[in-house]
Amino acid sequence: MTSLTLELQQVSVYYGNQAAIEQASLSVRAGELMALVGPSGCGKSSLLASINRMTDGIPGCRVSGTVLLGGDALSASQDAATLRRRIGMVFQQPNPFPLSIIDNLRFPLAEHGVPRRERDRRAEQVLRAVGLWEEVKGRLSQSALGLSGGQQQRLCIARALVLEPQVLLLDEPCSALDPVSSKVVEELIVSLKGRYTLLMVTHNLAQARRIADSVTVCWMQEGCGCVVESNACHLVFEHPSHPITAAYCAGAAG
Amino acid sequence: MRWPDRLAGVIGALLLLAVLVPMGLMLWSLLEQGAGVISVDFLLDDPRQAGRAGGIAALLVSTGWILAVCLLVAAPMGLGCALYLSEQVPAGTRRAQWLGGTLDMLAAVPSIVYGLFGYQFFAISLGLGFSILSGGLALALMVLPLMIRSAEQALRAVPFSYRQAGEALSISRWGWVRRILIPQAAPGIAVGIILSIGRALAETAVLLFTAGYVLRRPDSLLDSGRALSVHIYDLAMNVPGGMPRAAATGLVLVAILVILNLLVRRWLHPAQGAWQ
Amino acid sequence: MITISSRFHADSLLTWLLRLTGAAAVLVLGGIIAVLLIQSAPFMLEHGSALWRNDWQPGQARYGMAAMIAGSIVVSVLALVIAGPVAVLLAAWLRYFAPSVRRPVLTLVELMAGIPSVVYGLWGMLVLVPWINRLAPPGASWLAASLVLALMILPLALLVTDTALGQLPARYLQAGQALSLSRVGMLRRVLLPQAGPAIVSGLVLQFGRALGETMAVLMVAGNVVRWPTSLFDPVRTLTANIAVEMAYATGDHRVALFASGLLLLLVTAVLLALSWRLRGERHEMA
Repeated sequence: MTSLTLELQQVSVYYGNQAAIEQASLSVRAGELMALVGPSGCGKSSLLASINRMTDGIPGCRVSGTVLLGGDALSASQDAATLRRRIGMVFQQPNPFPLSIIDNLRFPLAEHGVPRRERDRRAEQVLRAVGLWEEVKGRLSQSALGLSGGQQQRLCIARALVLEPQVLLLDEPCSALDPVSSKVVEELIVSLKGRYTLLMVTHNLAQARRIADSVTVCWMQEGCGCVVESNACHLVFEHPSHPITAAYCAGAAG
Repeated sequence: MRWPDRLAGVIGALLLLAVLVPMGLMLWSLLEQGAGVISVDFLLDDPRQAGRAGGIAALLVSTGWILAVCLLVAAPMGLGCALYLSEQVPAGTRRAQWLGGTLDMLAAVPSIVYGLFGYQFFAISLGLGFSILSGGLALALMVLPLMIRSAEQALRAVPFSYRQAGEALSISRWGWVRRILIPQAAPGIAVGIILSIGRALAETAVLLFTAGYVLRRPDSLLDSGRALSVHIYDLAMNVPGGMPRAAATGLVLVAILVILNLLVRRWLHPAQGAWQ
Repeated sequence: MITISSRFHADSLLTWLLRLTGAAAVLVLGGIIAVLLIQSAPFMLEHGSALWRNDWQPGQARYGMAAMIAGSIVVSVLALVIAGPVAVLLAAWLRYFAPSVRRPVLTLVELMAGIPSVVYGLWGMLVLVPWINRLAPPGASWLAASLVLALMILPLALLVTDTALGQLPARYLQAGQALSLSRVGMLRRVLLPQAGPAIVSGLVLQFGRALGETMAVLMVAGNVVRWPTSLFDPVRTLTANIAVEMAYATGDHRVALFASGLLLLLVTAVLLALSWRLRGERHEMA
């Protein structure tokens, strides 16, 4: 599975009559990591959720605009299950299932029709990819809830990867972790570049500067979110074309 | 401490005594009347002379059968309805309110009215007559609201983060329910079942015209059978000299209920305290 | 892919199954109402207002239920008058004056709530009735029934009050403590009034329970059909009437009993609606 470009064109997310974010456009090149930054409340998480149609489950939520994967537009009539196999998601709070470590990976594989023998092979593969294999190989049948926060988050990333997606959406994956675990997860995310296209929401501008290839800055205007600037990382931080970007990123520039 | 508070403190203590003393007397009177009769034989022998002598074995069997019918119907139905509520009816919507109201109403209906309904519908219309089946079915309807409420609470308590993870991975509803939702909610559901058993054991009026009064061991579900609670009533009111055994049966029933209560506590306690 | 479509099959099957069980609850309630109505409607239309007279002689086709309606009401009202204040005051005392004993007492109260009504009735017969008999024969009476009922509705009334008090914001009590106000004063002016609607709502429900109680009342009330005039008179409630006479009632007599069951159902519904109103919020699931 090769990575693909991810493009959003004029995407808006509404909850009832209230717009969370409007006319958001951005483009992530295949295999690159884009950081989605901006203050709380400007709709970054809503935007992320609209890409893999997690918004379908929210009553009263409406999404407009176009999402393109590898140049092909995704249509709302397509099956969400297939979509979520191509676009995986990692949440802010680690949320492994209350099952054993190995079952956390087997369960989604079983649900998506992967034959039994394949499952364990793929599970080991992703556990190695996230660097957990050596740590957990002796206790695969123990509960995943017994792992530390950082290990749980890496397991969640593994679980998202086990379905072999092309795009990975990450919603502040490190913000609930202690600094040491955060660093480990960050390094893992960097290692995923190239194989996967990554779109990551983060509050941590220094982190964005460190690891992102491109950055999209969001801001609140007239009560709803919007995209202010979207560009290569070094351009956004060193030569911002928008005053808001300059002001917001000044904190990380120093 | 100011004097109103002092006085209030004393009055409260007196009120507590006013409640505990009658309860103590109740327990004492039961023990006085019935303790002499209780023995292993009491539990193993069948009643003789309309219950004046012998034990309660046949009644334990009947009660067990009635409970079994009741649970076999109420547990799946209750769980299904609770699942429906937790999966397909978001809290706060019109449908949630209507269903909640209906369940409240069912819980408030007097047991004698359930008895009338059970008599007319199960015993007569469905032709089941006075039988374990009639009694069990009527009882199932009575405990249904309790079962649904407990199960629903347990299901809704499963953390939302699991559901989110499942959605992002496009887990099917059946997979989610089977592997995550129900196992997580299982202790709470078990508590619901135990509470329902307790309620069912305590019921009498419902069974008077559905399960009937027959003292023998039932041979089939269509036979009439007498439950423990009905036996207590009959011995106390209709059988001269039946008091000691009525009290003894009462003690057995209370003992069973206390054990059930302790079980619930043990199951609830690790998860969350029963009283905050 | 095969797996996905079969997964969706299982899913839609599950969804329909769940919808069915959801409908079941509504069907049961509808069924109960329907059966009672069908059984008693023609009868009620025929006898109409005669049902409200104080003239219960089924042998002569006279079905005036007034005496039993009165019996039900007086027995339950007295029970509430006894148990209500005790429950509220005791709950307040446990929470604010004796918090160290609160948990064990509430545990005991929970156990009390689970004791079968026949056991309460048994105690009534063994202890209460003979005791009242010494004061004023025959012993089995309105007073006996009310005392037993009071003991039966006390546990839940207490638990509901405790919950209502527990839901009050902590800042009220904190403010009172900071101002060095007496707890009695706080209770009287702030806490109880604030929790009032929830408490009264709970008491209304318990009143409904008292009205609907059959066995315990049957065992200690004396069961004589007669208008209650004195506390020591034996009375018969609607519920006890059904339980006693259903065994041998036939034809119109039996239908009259169904009609009284319908009456009970209606009263229950009204009381329930009242309790919801009092709670203020629209009814919600847990």
